[in-house]
Amino acid sequence: MTDPINLIAEWLRGLLAGWGLSSGLVIFIMTLLGVVVTAAFVLLMDVFLVWVERKVVARFQDRLGPNRLGPFGLIQPLADVIKLLIKEDITPIGADRVVYNIAPILALATVLVLWSVIPLSPTVLGADINVGVLFIVAAGAIGTLGIIMAGWASNNKYALIGAFRMVAEIVAYEVPMVIALMVPVILARSMSIGEIVQRQTIWYIVLAPVAALVFLITAIAELGRAPFDLSEAESEIVAGFHIEYTGMKFGMFYAGELLHALTMGALFASFFLGGWRGPFAEQVPILGVFYLFLKAFFIYWVIMWVKYSLPRIRIDHLMEFSWKFLTPLILAVVMITALLDKLLGEPGTLIYTLGMLVANLIVVWITLTLLRTYFRLERKRVGEERPVAAPDLTPAARIERTS
Amino acid sequence: MQTQDWLFVGIFIVLAPLFPLIALLIPRLIAPRKPNPIKLETYECGMETVGPAWVQFKVQYYIFALIFLVFDIEMVFLYPWAVSLNLLPFYAVVEGIIFVAILVAGLLYAWRNGALKWA
Repeated sequence: MTDPINLIAEWLRGLLAGWGLSSGLVIFIMTLLGVVVTAAFVLLMDVFLVWVERKVVARFQDRLGPNRLGPFGLIQPLADVIKLLIKEDITPIGADRVVYNIAPILALATVLVLWSVIPLSPTVLGADINVGVLFIVAAGAIGTLGIIMAGWASNNKYALIGAFRMVAEIVAYEVPMVIALMVPVILARSMSIGEIVQRQTIWYIVLAPVAALVFLITAIAELGRAPFDLSEAESEIVAGFHIEYTGMKFGMFYAGELLHALTMGALFASFFLGGWRGPFAEQVPILGVFYLFLKAFFIYWVIMWVKYSLPRIRIDHLMEFSWKFLTPLILAVVMITALLDKLLGEPGTLIYTLGMLVANLIVVWITLTLLRTYFRLERKRVGEERPVAAPDLTPAARIERTS
Repeated sequence: MQTQDWLFVGIFIVLAPLFPLIALLIPRLIAPRKPNPIKLETYECGMETVGPAWVQFKVQYYIFALIFLVFDIEMVFLYPWAVSLNLLPFYAVVEGIIFVAILVAGLLYAWRNGALKWA
């Protein structure tokens, strides 16, 4: 009774075996069903996300948001979908048709694939593959490929500039992101996400707050959301990479972006906030799904909060922030974590937790001190008296001097 | 268990593109289709497009990509080290730190030479 998903799965397995199917076929059908149910659930969540996004934005901007269709405007996303479905599908002249059409499919499909390895509850694991972290990184990067393909195939300069910027951004922020994910891997001694969640008797955000923060920042950059949304900067390149897309194809990019944000929330929750862990989650596995989505939506909300509070940053600042600040910082954190993990013995003890936490706080303090010193020197340099090009003579005095 | 997990991932990868594909095929049936030359032109805020869209790009992108490649390979090498850290003797940790230090030296070199400057 406490685990309805597995109860239904067991019943179905028994039913299929009762029909006299071979055990291999039963496994195949059960896996297929699992995939369809997971994907359908995630896509349903995606439609719901449109409502969440619009409602929360409205609240940030002191508006009401959708409130006409259904209670609290809950049916609004369906109306949006119908509108997108009946819009004309335009392919501009000179576009590379094949690549142009594959790009929106790739943008949504890769995000969906990420959900195959996220553990939803103690018993519903999807796939618990032993290279889960690397799979996430690899599949997540292919979503960016969809954006690059869209920009390149549109035969539009704005789109191409958007794609260039996206490449530069991904190239810069992929490095700190993957290195930040190394910290939970070291702490859990495993690359499987199920295992990482299982080991989090203490949430890893306590053991590795710096890595968690770096992962959040790089996740926002990988999403291409504000303040890192240079690939679709409205004031410069109109809509960036999806400028030529209409109707449902545009909808795919939009849905892909929203779902990617929630997926990043779920990943952050799994790596640093204990995933499905919570009171009674072990006894009542269905609660685990609830806890995971609670945490995922919290992070999603944080991402939205950042998006609607901060202005867009310039591309040179963007690159420098990653290469000159995040990358050295996270490399130092990983090395300190590895060293301390060796010195402090087994995880779970009080001294291990305290040691990690104190080390992280010291790193934060050193970083802040370095930054403060740097900016003080920078201010001094800018504020200094410098030789002025213009002579301090009045026009009359200048005539007198030259004559 | 392990093969079954990979079966799940495999089916997922095959099925995942089908959902957006179906969503993209529905408009083919119900959406209007009235193309004309002006509608299909490249959108540039009402201006007529000059020259091909595939323009040259800044060389900076290329330099950043080169630095990225170095770090990408570094990350791939570091992951096996990170997973098996508790099985390794202490000097392996020191070796890892030396390995990263060499790459950080490379980053500092690129930094000093202005490769990280967006100019």
